[in-house]
Amino acid sequence: MSNFLQSIGYGTWVLDVLMIVPLLGAALLMFMPEATAKWTALWITLGEFIISVGLWWSFDPGTAAMQFEVVHEWIPAWGISYRLGLDGISIFMVLLTTFTMPLAVLGSWNYIKEKERGFYALMLVLTTGMLGVFLSLDLFVFYVFWEIMLIPMYFIIGVWGGTRKLYAALKFFVFTFAGSLLMLVAILVMYFIVGRATGTYSFEYAHLLNNVHAIREWALWLFIAFGVAFAIKVPIFPFHTWLPDAHVEAPTPGSVILAGILLKMGTYGFLRFALPFFPTTAMHPTVATVVVTLAVVGVVYGALVAMVQPDFKKLIAYSSVSHLGFVMLGIWALTAQSVQGAIIIMINHGISTAALFFLAGMLYERRHSRAISDFGGIARVVPMFSVVLTLVALSSIGLPGTNGFVGEFLVLLGSFSVYPVATAIATTGVIFAAAYLLWALQRMLFGPMVHEENRDLPDLSRRELIVLAPLRPAA
Amino acid sequence: MILALLPEIVLAFWGIVVLLVAGVRHANADDQKLSGHLSLVGLLSALLVTGFMWFEQPGVVGPVQMMAVDAFRYAASSVVLLGAIMAVLVSLGYLGRERIVVPEYNALLLFGVVGMMIMCGAADMITVFLGIELMSLCVYVLVGVNRRSAAGAEGALKYFLLGAFAAGFLLYGIALIFGATGSTNLATIATRVSSLGLGTNVMFLAGVGLLLVGFGFKVAAVPFHMWTPDVYDGAPTPISGFMAAAVKAAAFAVMIRVFVVAFGGALEAWQDAMWWLALITMLVGNLMALAQRTVKRMLAYSSVGHAGYLLAAVASGSTAGAGAFLFYAVAYTLMTIGAFTVVGMAGQDGERNVTIDDFAGLGAAKPWLAFAMTVFMLSLLGFPGTGGFIGKWLILTSVVESGQWGLAVGLVLASLISAGFYLPVIMQMYMRPAFDAKAHDAMTAATTTRVVVAVATVLLLWFGFRPNEMLSLSQGASQDLVPAVTFTAADEAFVGQPVDR
Repeated sequence: MSNFLQSIGYGTWVLDVLMIVPLLGAALLMFMPEATAKWTALWITLGEFIISVGLWWSFDPGTAAMQFEVVHEWIPAWGISYRLGLDGISIFMVLLTTFTMPLAVLGSWNYIKEKERGFYALMLVLTTGMLGVFLSLDLFVFYVFWEIMLIPMYFIIGVWGGTRKLYAALKFFVFTFAGSLLMLVAILVMYFIVGRATGTYSFEYAHLLNNVHAIREWALWLFIAFGVAFAIKVPIFPFHTWLPDAHVEAPTPGSVILAGILLKMGTYGFLRFALPFFPTTAMHPTVATVVVTLAVVGVVYGALVAMVQPDFKKLIAYSSVSHLGFVMLGIWALTAQSVQGAIIIMINHGISTAALFFLAGMLYERRHSRAISDFGGIARVVPMFSVVLTLVALSSIGLPGTNGFVGEFLVLLGSFSVYPVATAIATTGVIFAAAYLLWALQRMLFGPMVHEENRDLPDLSRRELIVLAPLRPAA
Repeated sequence: MILALLPEIVLAFWGIVVLLVAGVRHANADDQKLSGHLSLVGLLSALLVTGFMWFEQPGVVGPVQMMAVDAFRYAASSVVLLGAIMAVLVSLGYLGRERIVVPEYNALLLFGVVGMMIMCGAADMITVFLGIELMSLCVYVLVGVNRRSAAGAEGALKYFLLGAFAAGFLLYGIALIFGATGSTNLATIATRVSSLGLGTNVMFLAGVGLLLVGFGFKVAAVPFHMWTPDVYDGAPTPISGFMAAAVKAAAFAVMIRVFVVAFGGALEAWQDAMWWLALITMLVGNLMALAQRTVKRMLAYSSVGHAGYLLAAVASGSTAGAGAFLFYAVAYTLMTIGAFTVVGMAGQDGERNVTIDDFAGLGAAKPWLAFAMTVFMLSLLGFPGTGGFIGKWLILTSVVESGQWGLAVGLVLASLISAGFYLPVIMQMYMRPAFDAKAHDAMTAATTTRVVVAVATVLLLWFGFRPNEMLSLSQGASQDLVPAVTFTAADEAFVGQPVDR
């Protein structure tokens, strides 16, 4: 396989193609009839996925260097170039993105009924934006993608969202914008300090990374600026309030992308920028204590709040806060096992939470309600749905034998040697996770049938099974 | 060197032509259109001559007396002319619709632009004042040009009284500076400020303070901004856009020349004051805009906020700041006149009642217009992908480069606040249904107006993705600004040291 890919020069064009195809597709959609919009979007995202799968074979895991690098001139006067590349962290994020997008398109098949063209065009633009965030190796370009990606998501929530969509969309936008503006100042400050120290003014990632010693004096402030931007996106505990609103009000595919991909941009940002740029600051005992404490608070708080949610979608949203807390703990413990575990959770959370949101969306399409109390005993009516929901929930809990287990186990194992107390407290998060998800399952699927309306809910359709099948690779 | 005044002479000539023609033909809307077309010809020929002077003229050798002959002047003049051309194009349709037949409208506009161009090139305090007064007198009248509008008359009177007051400050400041330095020539002042060490001289400092107040009034800096909302609100909408863009650009051009060039040697004396003025202006302007209900007043306060951003560029006290100003002025002219134009399409009778809610459902009814308005709003917000972002980025760069990180943080916080009133416009257009099916049927505009909106949108997007040419133009023009006599020494002294605040 890799020989074949090499023969067609795959490595030289793949990143450019991945970035440009969705944009062209979005432009194409504007000239297509409304009825074919979803098919076009599906084929483009599928094509995108197929192109990206080749990365798996041609990627060389033996080196830590950036691969498939492409550079185009942009604003040479300011040392800005459009520079993309891929390494061991970003390849997972890229594959997660290209994998989730076709499913998200399928998931919106019946849910999105108006202004379809605009919706699918925005989905495609969003794809480019997200890939750009994961691939860019120039801080200016990174910032531009980080911001641009806000616009399509803002519209997806604001136009196709639920009853409080305007509030949720504005909150989502303003929170992310607030963090990223501080990051912009930090990027500029780094640019000038490193430029003065080395004589080369450039926003290139490698250039700044090789000269981090020059910024040591200001590292704390710069770290805070970067850290807050990423912490809002993750979201770490006190910055999380935008997340339940955005998740609940967004249409199903919007929630899927938010939970599956967008949240990972925050943790990716920590791994790619905040930690390598400011290693001594990040690992300073005080800073580390603050971050780990917030991460653990997030784990427990997210789980406890999830337990009392009457709304199934909100429950999933708060469970994200809890899971991402694990990721942050794993990243900050900085042992080989815990970081691996963190990356695995990032991917698994993307898969299992996406599946949960899909299932919540399917219920909503049938019953136009997300309240847990509106269901009960529906396992008899929709057996297939119930089986899938139970499997996904178990994986989200992290039951041994499912994909969720591996990541959380590795994080806890790796972190215990560094932060034993914090890890011990975080472990309760797993127990709480079992509590809130199993309790919700019990109330929704089993027990007596209390609502007559639920008696003839249709079970999963073939399209819905296709959406869910790839998301259920329970190991 | 009569040639050095060629652009101003050409424009003044056309101003007289328009005045003469309007004197004969001033009966109806057709005559109004005719004078509009004539002034377009005048503005375009002035732009051509300016471009010719900019790129073909090698510049004068020897001491500069009254008018500077450098690229900065021509660049700033071009921005002003761009704003005027857009305003005249929009006025063509607007005056017809509002049935405003005021033949002197276009002549006043042309003479006002002559004043602005003199400001852009003023190299002597006398020409500075001359330009400001010529511009101001024309604009006072233009604000109240719609005689049927009480709000217009109120705005004009308010602007005139406060403007006359500010002119007093300006004049007294010039007198004190003359007393301290013995000259009104900017280059001579610059040399004497350094050689006599006037940075702590009380008379000089008092003069600088008075000038700051005078200019602060012209650019609508807080706390000298009180007139802004009423004047912008009462003026005919194309004039509001023209004032927000061109008047402000000219005032900033002269401000940069006076402060960065002439007072560059005493940077420490005024940088702190400018720093606070910039911070307060951007925060207060944006916070007040947040509280507005009508779009026109919101844009008026947002223009106060943008004055704060430009003051930050001045506060950096460097040529990088001047370059940032030039780029930002171009982008700001495009986006603010564009936004005022869209507002002008939305309402009648001066658009004083157009609220944000009136844009509800515009995205479905008029997708292209809504798209243009979205681009204007995002650009005003400074969002990547638009010219407004590159402009704000340049200002941030100049601020960070001069070591004023606190001001940079203030600037981004002010931008964050501004998201609170630019985004709701987008939300209304796309995320709310229209009140009724015919809500936006009346929203039509003349072809010229549509061309202005379309060109402004395309240019803003173009500058957002490919700013290279504009960057090198504005950088080059600002490099030319600084006379070799004063700046190099001071430049070395402060660039490179972060100022701790």
